[in-house]
Amino acid sequence: MTGYAYTVLIPLIPLCMFLVLGLLTVKWKPIVFGIMGTVGMGTSFVLSLITAINYFFVVGPGPNGFEPIIATKVTWLRLTEFLHIDLGVMLDPISVMMLVVITTVSLMVHLYSMGYMKGEVGFQRFYAFLSLFSFSMLGLVLATNIFQMYIFWELVGVSSFLLIGYYYEKPSAVAASKKAFIVTRFADLGFLIGILVLSFYTKTFDFADLTAPNTTIFAESASVSFIGVSVFTWAMLLIFMGGAGKSAMFPLHIWLPDAMEGPTPVSALIHAATMVVAGVYLVARMFPVFHFQAPGALEVVAWVGGFTSLFAAVIAMTQFDIKRVLAFSTLSQIGYMMLALGVSGYGGEEGLGYMASMFHLFTHAMFKALLFLGAGSIIHAVHSNDMNDMGGLRKYMPITHITFLIACLTISGIPPFSGFFSKDEILVAAHNYSNTLFSIEYITAGLTAFYMFRLYFRVFWGNERHYHHTPHESPLVMTIPLMVLAFASIFSGFLPFSELVTSDKIGFETETHLMVALPSVLIGVLGIVVAWILYKKESLVPKSITEKLGIVYTATFNKFYIDEVYLFVTKRVIFNYISRPVAWFDRQIIDGFMVGIGKVTEKTSYEIKEMQSGQLQHYAFAFVAGTLILVLSLLYCLV
Amino acid sequence: MIEGIPIYHFLIVSTIMFFVGVCGFIIRRNLITMLMAVELILNSVNINFVVFNRYLYPDQLQGHFFTLFIVGVAATEAAVAIALIINIYRRFKSIEVQNVSEMKF
Repeated sequence: MTGYAYTVLIPLIPLCMFLVLGLLTVKWKPIVFGIMGTVGMGTSFVLSLITAINYFFVVGPGPNGFEPIIATKVTWLRLTEFLHIDLGVMLDPISVMMLVVITTVSLMVHLYSMGYMKGEVGFQRFYAFLSLFSFSMLGLVLATNIFQMYIFWELVGVSSFLLIGYYYEKPSAVAASKKAFIVTRFADLGFLIGILVLSFYTKTFDFADLTAPNTTIFAESASVSFIGVSVFTWAMLLIFMGGAGKSAMFPLHIWLPDAMEGPTPVSALIHAATMVVAGVYLVARMFPVFHFQAPGALEVVAWVGGFTSLFAAVIAMTQFDIKRVLAFSTLSQIGYMMLALGVSGYGGEEGLGYMASMFHLFTHAMFKALLFLGAGSIIHAVHSNDMNDMGGLRKYMPITHITFLIACLTISGIPPFSGFFSKDEILVAAHNYSNTLFSIEYITAGLTAFYMFRLYFRVFWGNERHYHHTPHESPLVMTIPLMVLAFASIFSGFLPFSELVTSDKIGFETETHLMVALPSVLIGVLGIVVAWILYKKESLVPKSITEKLGIVYTATFNKFYIDEVYLFVTKRVIFNYISRPVAWFDRQIIDGFMVGIGKVTEKTSYEIKEMQSGQLQHYAFAFVAGTLILVLSLLYCLV
Repeated sequence: MIEGIPIYHFLIVSTIMFFVGVCGFIIRRNLITMLMAVELILNSVNINFVVFNRYLYPDQLQGHFFTLFIVGVAATEAAVAIALIINIYRRFKSIEVQNVSEMKF
C-alpha cells in the first residue's frame, strides 16, 4: 500500500546485530565486533535518512498536513474481536524525527565507542547491548499502538539496566543499575495501569484511533469519574507517571545521576539523547488525548517539567563530577521539553509548545550527546570524572575543546547555535501560558549558562593539574563523532521544524520574538560572564561564596537529600514495618504449613513402607481381599 | 438349554473353580503351580461366559467366541509366564515365589 515497507528493517537490523554479536563465540579481534555493530547501525541510519527525506520532502504534506502511515502491521495477540495487540511500524512526523535522532546519535556512539572502549573486557558484549538498546528504542518510537510501545519501553529499560551495570565487578555500578531499573519499573507500573484504564474505556490500543482529532471513542465514558476526577485524567496522569520515570522527572529523577556509572558513550546515547526523552515522546504521542480529554493532567506535566528544570539546574551548579553535572543538565533540559508540551495548545500557532518541545528534543539530543562524548574524551585523557582533577586542558585537546565550547554555547542558548532557536520557542510558548513558569524558565536559562561554563572553564582553563601522563587528544575515531555532532548542534537550528513537526501535523510559520529572545540571550550571556569571572582564573572567590551560603549550599550539594528521603522511606519505614512482618508471615506461617505437610507425608510413608514386602502373594491376597470387601459391601450394605 | 440341569449347577462349579484358583495362587509357593491356579481362574470365567450365553441368549454366539479368544490368550500367556519362570530360575536357582522378593522398598 505504501512504499515504506522497508522501514521495518530499521529496528530489525540492530536486533540481528544483537543476536549475532550476543551469540557469536568466536575469538576474533574485538575491533571486528565494533565494526560489525557500527556497520549495522550505519545501515539503519541510512535507511532512516532515506525515510525522513521521503516522508518530509519527497512526498510532503497532504491537504490535511502529514498523514500518519502504517508501514507494516501484524496482529500479535487477538484478545477479543475488536481488541487486539499489534506489532507494526507507524510513520508520522514525530516518529520519523525520532528515527533520525536515534540512529544519528547511536551511530556516533557506536563509532566513538570503538575508541573509548578499546581494550575493555567484554567489548563484544558492549556492542551487543548497544544494538539491543537501539533496536528497542527504534521499536518504541515506531510503535503503532500503546501496548507495543509499552513492550519496547520495558526493553529499553532492560538494556539501560544492562549497560549501566556494564562494569559489573564494581559495586557502585551494580547498585546504580538496580536503582535505575527499580525506579523506572515502579513508574512503569503506573504506565501499565494507565494503559489498562485507557483501553478499558476506549476499547482500543491504537494510536491512530486514540489521537484522531475528532474521535468519538471518549464520548461514551467522558462523564465517568473516580474521586471527583474523570477517568481519562487519571489514565493520563498514570501514563505520565511512566513517562516521568523514564524521563527522570522530579521526584522520580534519582536514578539518572547514578546511571552515570555506566560507560560514558552509554550515558551519551541512553541517558542524554534517546531513552530519557522517551517520556517526552510518550506525552507528545498521546498529546491529543492529553489536550482534549485530560487538560488537568497536561497542567501537571507543565508544572512537573518546570519545577524539574529549575531544581536540576540548581543542583548542577554545585556538582564536581563532570558527568553528574551533565546528568542534572539533562534533567533540566527534559524539564524544558515537558514544560513546553504542558503549555501547548492544539493546532496551528496554538501548538507552538508542542513543536518547540520536539524541536528542543532534536537539538538537545545533538548537543547533549556531544557534551557527553566530549566529557568521555576528557575522562579518557585524564582518567578521572572529578573536575578538581582537571584544568588547562585546552592546550592538549584542541578538538575536544572547540566542540565542547560549541556545545556549551548551544545549551546556553546563544545565537546562532541551535539551542537558541528551540529554547526561544519554548520560552515564547511558556510566556503565552503562565508568567510563573515563564520566569522559572528564564532563571533556569541563566543557571544553565552558568553551570555549563563553570564546567567549561574549570576543565579547559585554570591551572594545570598533576596528571598521570600528559593528556593527549583522543584518536580520530572519537573526534570524528564530536565534529559531526558539533556540526549538527550548530546547524540543526535552521531546520524548518514548525513546518514539519506540529501538533496537528499542519505546518505554520514562526518568527523570532525579540521581546523574549533578547532577554534570554542576555541572561545566558550573564551566566557565562559570571562563570568567566569566577572560574576563568582559579581563585578563592567561589569557595568563599559557598561558605557564605552555608546550609543552602550543603543541601544543594547533597541534591536536597532526595536520595536520603527515598532511603528513609524504603529502608526504615517500608522494610521495617511492612516487609519484615510480611517476610516473617511468609517464612513461618506459609512455609511452615507447606513444610508441615511434607513432614507428615514423609513420616507416614516411613511407617507404612513395611507393607511393601516384595512378596507377590501378599499383594495378591490384599487385592483379592479388597475386591471381596468391595463386592460384599456393594451387595449387602449399599443396596 | 440343557434339559434337567439348571444354571446354578454350572455357576456353582465355576465359583468353586474360581476360588480354588485364587486360594492356589495365594497359598502355593511354586511358581508353576501358581500359573496353573491362574489358568484355573481363567477357565472358571470361561465356563461363566459359555453358560450365560447358552442360558440367556441361546441364539447368539458372543460368549462362545469370547471363550475361544480367552483360551488363545491364555495359551500365549502361559508361554510368556513360563519364559519368565525360566529366567527367574536362572537368576535365583529356584522357582519358589518367596525368594523372588527384590521388588520392595
